[in-house]
This record gives sequence, structure tokens and C-alpha cells, in this order.
Amino acid sequence: MHVPDGFLTAQTSLATAAVAAVGVGIALRGARRELDDRTAPLAGLVAVFVFAAQMLNFPVGAGTSGHLLGGALAAVLVGPFTATLCISVVLLVQAIAFADGGLTALGTNVTLMALVGVWVGYGMFRVARAVLPKRTASVPIAAAFGAALSVPAAAATFALLFAAGGAVPIATGKLLTAMVGWHVLIGLGEAAITFLAVGAIVATRPDLVYGAQDLRPDHADLEIRDGVVV
Amino acid sequence: MGAGHGHSLHFHGHSPIHRLPAHVKLTTLVLFVLIVVATPRTAVPAFGAYVALLLAVAAFTTVPWTSLARRMVVEVPFVVFALLMPFVAEGPRVRVGPLHLAEAGLWGAWGLLAKGTLGVLASLIFGTTTEPRDIVRALEKLRLPQPIVQIASFMFRYLEVVTGELRRMKIARDSRGFQARSIRQWRVLAGTLGALFIRSYERGERVHLAMLSRGYAGRLPFARQLTATWGDWGRALTLPVAGIGILAAVMFA
Repeated sequence: MHVPDGFLTAQTSLATAAVAAVGVGIALRGARRELDDRTAPLAGLVAVFVFAAQMLNFPVGAGTSGHLLGGALAAVLVGPFTATLCISVVLLVQAIAFADGGLTALGTNVTLMALVGVWVGYGMFRVARAVLPKRTASVPIAAAFGAALSVPAAAATFALLFAAGGAVPIATGKLLTAMVGWHVLIGLGEAAITFLAVGAIVATRPDLVYGAQDLRPDHADLEIRDGVVV
Repeated sequence: MGAGHGHSLHFHGHSPIHRLPAHVKLTTLVLFVLIVVATPRTAVPAFGAYVALLLAVAAFTTVPWTSLARRMVVEVPFVVFALLMPFVAEGPRVRVGPLHLAEAGLWGAWGLLAKGTLGVLASLIFGTTTEPRDIVRALEKLRLPQPIVQIASFMFRYLEVVTGELRRMKIARDSRGFQARSIRQWRVLAGTLGALFIRSYERGERVHLAMLSRGYAGRLPFARQLTATWGDWGRALTLPVAGIGILAAVMFA
């Protein structure tokens, strides 16, 4: 889903670059709150995790396979600001060091995956968490819900951008239906993987999951008690 | 880092393109791709000239053609998208063999393919001739925000470590007779992802503590700053200047 150079007109690319710059700027401030001074190494390792996770192929059947996009997963695991930052850097590195995704389309790719993908995913995760019972078991379900919606949302944004400033005239409705229809299926796959991955992490290290912070028991911290004086 | 680890595109060499400072190359790349994107797709000869320019630069790099060609596959998904354009675009149709194709769609597909391919080729030339640590230095030199530069630097540094971890988990799965055939195996694969996240996160915490104990105070020390002479800039900017020349020649011809 990496948009290459020349897919959108120069003006549209500039506009999405401006949106991406503002979004990443806000994420830079927010991530400091989520991670304090550990930002650089932790966000760096999470970025590598997202990059590596995209290399893992999930068989779909008939010899084809797909991979995770990871926007919603990252948002649930490390918080939306840090996730925005991590995915933006992943896209930057993929564009300049791996020729994956156009350099002039970097703003578009960041807008689609690091802003729309992450924030729709996280927003829907929060909505689902508010509705579901306050239990650890709800976290993977809510994460899957966020993931399922984040992929078609990013696809719909791409379709609208392409309709507004694409290089080819296409009926907006037709493109939107095709893109969203196809990505609903991809979103279901994304949801399944996100559900299983978050489930596996919540089962072993719930303390690492940002989206499950409110479920931590109050007495988790070690406390120093007065010794029994004999 | 550098050659031989195979974790990035970088192809070790000592060509004039390899020797150019990374921030000069990155600036050149961005300018050139901007020119390509700004060229109207009806200016067909211009794209031929751009390809010739890039192939000339690629010949300078001494990177084998096969290795460049193999890496062009990143473009494939969008080639499919571009090839659909003639069938779905609006407007008058033309007859091509047995098919009725949209004229605007044919132009669109051509434009997407031409610009996309040039973009990928130009980025590949940059990626194959620039060491990852120099890419990070270039980002710093070009004044990207410090946290972004640092996250990118950690990405390059631990890419090999984390993908190595992923590879070892694959070996562990394979040696227990695991075969990823269908959706039924997703639970195991997602478990791998979960384990990978926990390991990456914990490594991040360990790295952070190690950095603090060595006096980290928010900035990474770089042993060597990138420097460029006017000659470097001159040589590198030949490419976008030639691009502008081609664009002007085609537009006003």
C-alpha cells in the first residue's frame, strides 16, 4: 500500500505533505508524554518491530499470502503518538533506503498509514473499549475492531485523494467502492492478526500494552513495608 | 553496518556516486524526483531523456544491473493498479485491438508507470550507493527533528538484530514441523509477532539504560559530520539541472 511517485498531482502531494508534517509535529510532542525520555531507543525498536512484522507472511490460501500493516496494532501497543512517529519513520526509511514508496509521495503515505491508519485504529479501539466490559479479554477484541476499520479508512482516504488530485480521471464512487470493498477484506485479515498478536502479548506481558494500562492492578508496584520489629 | 550484512539496499563500492556526501545525494534525489513528477505526461520524449540520464548515473555506480532490476519488484502492486486505469477511467474510448479503452486511462497508466518507475530507479540508485549510517547523518544534516533522526538511527542499527530474531523463531517453528499453509496457522504466526514485540520492547528498555549509564543526554554523538565541497554540490546538481533543461526543452519546443 505504498503510493509511488506520480500517482497524485504535485499540488495534492504538497497538501498531504503539509498535513503529514503537522501530524508528525504533534506526534513528536505527544510521544514525549507517552514514553518520557526513553522515546528514541524504544520508539526505534518499536519501529524495527513494525518493519520486521511487515516481513512476516500470513498464508491466505491458494498460494497467496498477505502481511500486517500494523497501524492499529502499534497504536494499541505503544500509544497513538508513538505509533504515528514509528510508522512515519518506517515509511521514511522504506522510501529512502529501500525505494519502497515514492519520495514525493512520502507525505501521502504518512497521512494514509501513520495518521489515518493509526488514529482511526486507535479511536475505534477506544470506542470498543468503552463499550466492552472492563476486562483484559476485551483488549484484543477492541484492537481487532480498530484494525478492521483502520484499513478501509486509509483506503477510502486514498480513493478520495485520488479523486481530488489523482493523475487519472475516475468516477469517485466507482473507485471508492472498489477500494473500500477490497480493503474491507484486507481489514478482516488485519483484524484477525491484530486480535491474535495482542491476545498473545496481553496474556504474557499486559504491563507493556498501552491500551490496557487502565486495567493494571493498583498494587502492581513494589512497596516497602515496615519490618516486623521483634 | 555497511556492506555484507544484506539488511539494506546498500551495495559496497567506491564509485564517484558512492563517494558523494549523503545529504548532497539525498537533496539531488528529491529535486530530480520533483522534476519528474512535475513533468506533464504528454511530454513523452522528456521521460525517455530522464531514463537515459538515470541509466548513465546507474552505469557510474558500478552496481550490477541485475541487482537493480531485481529490486525494481517493489513497484509491482502499483503496476497492477496502473494497468487497470485504461479499463476504469472516464471519458472517450479508443479501440486497441479487441478492447475499448479509455483514452484518459491510457495516458494515466502511462504517466503512473513512467513516473513511478523513474522514482523507484532514482531511489534505488540512492539506496544502493549510500551506507545506512550516512543516511542517518544526512537526515541530521538536513535538519530533520532530532527524535526522527534518532528513531531512524535505531532502526538501522537494530534492523539486523530484530530480523535475525524473527529468522531464529522461524527456524524454531520449522524444526518443530510447522508449515504455514492456511489461516489455521495464523495463531502461531501471530504468537511469533507477540513474542517479537515483547523482545523488541525489552531490548529498547535495555538499550536505553545502557545509553543512560554512558552519559546519554538527548543527542547521539556522531563521530564524523558530513561535509560537502562546492565541487560535490556541483557534480551532484548536474542531474536535476539536466532534468530542468530537458523539461524546458520539451515544454518550449
